Amino acid sequence: MNDALGEPQSVLVLGGTSEIALATVRALPRGRLRRVILAARPSVTRDSAVDALTTDGIAGVTALDFDARSTQEHGAFVDGIFEAGDIDIVLLAFGVLGDQEEAEANPDLAVEMATTNYTGAVSIGLHVARRLRAQGHGSLVVYSSVAGDRARRSNFIYGSTKAGLDAFAQGLGDALHGTGAHVLVVRPGMVRTKMSAGLPEAPMTTDANVVADIVVKSLRKGKETVYAPGPLRFVMAGLKSLPRPVFRKLPR
Amino acid sequence: MSLSISDQEQLLTGWGRTCPSLARVQPCTSIEQVQHEVATAGTRGLLARGLGRSYGDAAQSGGGTVLDLQAFDDISYDSLAGTVTAGAGASLDLVMKTIVPAGAFVPVTPGTRMVTIGGAIGSDVHGKNHHVDGTFGAHVQSLTLVDGTGEIHELSPSGDKAPQFWATIGGMGLTGVITQATFDVIPVSSSLISVDTQRANDLDEVMSVMVAGDDKYRYTVAWIDTVSQSARGVITSGDHAPIDQLSSKQRAHALVFEPKAIATAPPIFPSGLLNKLTIRAFNEAWFRKAPKSASGDLQSISAFFHPLDGVQDWNRIYGPRGFLQYQFVVPDSASHLIRVALDKLRQVGAPSFLTVLKRFGAANPAPLSFPQQGWTLAADVPAGIEGLGQALDELDDLISSAGGRLYLAKDSRQSPQMFARTYPRLSEWQQVRDGLDPRGVFTSDLARRLSI
Repeated sequence: MNDALGEPQSVLVLGGTSEIALATVRALPRGRLRRVILAARPSVTRDSAVDALTTDGIAGVTALDFDARSTQEHGAFVDGIFEAGDIDIVLLAFGVLGDQEEAEANPDLAVEMATTNYTGAVSIGLHVARRLRAQGHGSLVVYSSVAGDRARRSNFIYGSTKAGLDAFAQGLGDALHGTGAHVLVVRPGMVRTKMSAGLPEAPMTTDANVVADIVVKSLRKGKETVYAPGPLRFVMAGLKSLPRPVFRKLPR
Repeated sequence: MSLSISDQEQLLTGWGRTCPSLARVQPCTSIEQVQHEVATAGTRGLLARGLGRSYGDAAQSGGGTVLDLQAFDDISYDSLAGTVTAGAGASLDLVMKTIVPAGAFVPVTPGTRMVTIGGAIGSDVHGKNHHVDGTFGAHVQSLTLVDGTGEIHELSPSGDKAPQFWATIGGMGLTGVITQATFDVIPVSSSLISVDTQRANDLDEVMSVMVAGDDKYRYTVAWIDTVSQSARGVITSGDHAPIDQLSSKQRAHALVFEPKAIATAPPIFPSGLLNKLTIRAFNEAWFRKAPKSASGDLQSISAFFHPLDGVQDWNRIYGPRGFLQYQFVVPDSASHLIRVALDKLRQVGAPSFLTVLKRFGAANPAPLSFPQQGWTLAADVPAGIEGLGQALDELDDLISSAGGRLYLAKDSRQSPQMFARTYPRLSEWQQVRDGLDPRGVFTSDLARRLSI
């Protein structure tokens, strides 16, 4: 259960190796945290993440096998976690950036991206929503992206998966309104993580911990949609209103 | 299960309006219906809820079924035996309106009449007379409980079911559903209280005035101005006014009890209306309004005991973020922690217009009952204050080290470890509870948060 000061006791991270999600766990008030589940495919990175959080002083961190694409298993997976105790915050943070050029040339790669980033999220998102609804409280944080606001030629496969995820998460938030459960959609701009390593930095690029702080503050205030950093809201509003021939000619 | 909610489901909070959770609210009109709910309870369990005056998450259960026993409101007064038998859904307000005109009063009343008999027992409420008369639970002669198997028990303080009785006193509704109780009442010859008031310029003076008054009055409480560095305050003490203290005009209406609501807090109260400046202004006015010293003033029951009942929905004044109440008790030997707590709350910038200090007498046999010998301080604090969590955790540590504890009916943020440390009879209580509720039917958000 959350307490009156918004301090959670349990967190489920779907995409337990996501740097932004791990930064979010670190940024949460930890005075009452006793159960943190990092759900991801087994890997050295996942094990190191458990160790790193534990060394950092966070209690009860464990890893659980989870594959966004194995949608048939999502129901039993979510039920098992919630049967063992209420979950106060779920972070839906899995996703692949992919390679636009390769995926254009090989549609199977594009299908994988779409399945992981969008279809997998629809599946697990609905199962999580069902359990949050059943327990009468809880928050789901969905890590969308400004890439979903308007797809660019240079990464429209990734961008469209985020656009789909974003619309799904907003609708889910509306469906859960008044049930005690709540959805926060976060739209980060470019963030310095291993996912974006090597790419030229866009203006207003931030670090994972900046996004994390915004998520934690927004959860406290009960916000439903937030850009990270905040002023990106105005940048994207401008970009979205550009006529197509103009937008198409923008660099990158 | 559909994500849409049904008409029966409601978001419930405590009086502090924090941490809402959704429950199916089920009114019950008979004990058989209560038994039926027990028999058909789902995995998220059952909990009885009274008038929702506990401040935190004691009377709500996310995903569960919350029983509304308003219909259990019969009241009968046996003037020969000096007892009242009331349904668990009857409020203290209704009880007082019934018995005061007949020359009787409840043995213990908290600061609001808007608690049910079930809630008064479940939270083992106390009032301004704990050091003289103990808690409400100490005056219960018998109670009827439906346990987690649907069995109906008649419980009383002595005899072979005494452990089950005392586990239910202060048991926060977790031993079963109380449907009815019989408790003793005290005779009164008027509905007025004879009040002595004293202003004190600092905390030391407040505390010494209170200690001096321990044996003089039945009822004593101090209001503390938390904004002032000296923690000045106003001590009000009283006794039921005997009829010969009333003027001849008053005697004609000696036992009249008709409290009225005088105002309503507007529904939209933006957060931040209560801030250091407004509270400073209020506290100054409140301090000055009290006479430096007065004696024998006649006040109505509602003015002396339940001043805030006059402002409907006053909890809205804290805005949408809500508030919490921090109430603790420490033994006399650790009375310096009162000062420490006030200083810490002031440092963190948590202004309170409603901070009271009371004396407590000895504890009763109930394992989860809050009051024990010493001092109790209760402060209202807005929930959104930066750094509040850490400040209260630090106070928790000091209080538990000194042998004190927090009050579950007010708590909305202590840790499970703090609770277990400060209620050493917890596992004893859990054993009795498990005997009454082997399937774990009765649970609440508070029980889940504290893992009890």
